[in-house]
Amino acid sequence: MKLIAIQKLLNATILTGKELLDHLEVKMICGSDLISDVLSFTKERSLLLTGLTNPQIIRAAEMIDLCGIVFVRGKRPGDDVIRMARERKIPLLVTELPLFESCGVLYNAGLPGCSGLSLATGGDKSVAAPRPS
Amino acid sequence: MSQPRVLLEIPVEGNNFTTAGEAASRVKRTLQKLGIDSALIRRVSIATYEAEMNIVIHAEYGKIVLQVDAGGVTVLAEDRGKGIPDLNQAMTAGFSTASDRARAMGFGAGMGLPNIKKCTDQLEIDTQVNVGTKVVMKFTYPTTS
Ligand SMILES: Nc1ncnc2c1ncn2[C@@H]1O[C@H](COP(=O)(O)OP(=O)(O)O)[C@@H](O)[C@H]1O
Ligand SMILES: [Mg+2]
Repeated sequence: MKLIAIQKLLNATILTGKELLDHLEVKMICGSDLISDVLSFTKERSLLLTGLTNPQIIRAAEMIDLCGIVFVRGKRPGDDVIRMARERKIPLLVTELPLFESCGVLYNAGLPGCSGLSLATGGDKSVAAPRPS
Repeated sequence: MSQPRVLLEIPVEGNNFTTAGEAASRVKRTLQKLGIDSALIRRVSIATYEAEMNIVIHAEYGKIVLQVDAGGVTVLAEDRGKGIPDLNQAMTAGFSTASDRARAMGFGAGMGLPNIKKCTDQLEIDTQVNVGTKVVMKFTYPTTS
């Protein structure tokens, strides 16, 4: 799904990267407030939904080439963070929806998470969720 | 075996969350300029960033060194600081002694060293309490067959 369609679904405000939204194709979503989890679970063409607004989220995004970041619960990062993202061509959006609801909206719209797993009730490639070991 | 070439040697300041991540960013850009396989760059970037953040969060000061040779890429993260008293415990997923300040920024999940382990082809950690820690991360080029 194009990032512009996601921006509309979440009724999100664009902080930077407006010119990129029409072109960027998002394959999967990661919702997390833990930087190590973001680094370890995301794959290519991932969009991050997060409540973290400090500069390190942009550093992490740069390391793994995220398609963009959506800040949830109306949290706005500082101008320094927006500038860092602009320099790195990472689009930033803000939605008023909390993390759970934002993820739900995008999941309903057909976007998968980064695990590649889904519960047996949905999707074609359904598998039972693995039990914690 | 060709002589390893040191491409970067970057100082890292403990507790400075503004410049934190700059070393990993420079390592990534340097490898991109060399035209190295992008999946390998991704692994190096993640491991280097985690190791750099460990210096920032847990040590006093240190450095990141990037080396390349015919077989692959080596990143060294070396610091002066409190060291790691129990390395097995530190390698356990979820174990963390990170400060509340670091946690508020999204660190302290205790997944840094496990992430580094997952991303590297060879990992060596030398540490001494109240002296410092040296993390040597080796990544081998994919074999073109
Ligand atoms: N360079 C270091 N110097 C001192 N202690 C460290 C260093 N790196 C890691 N540690 C110790 O190992 C623990 C686990 O590290 P890590 O897996 O990266 O998790 P986190 O950084 O989230 O705490 C840290 O909480 C800390 O106690
Ligand atoms: Mg860590």
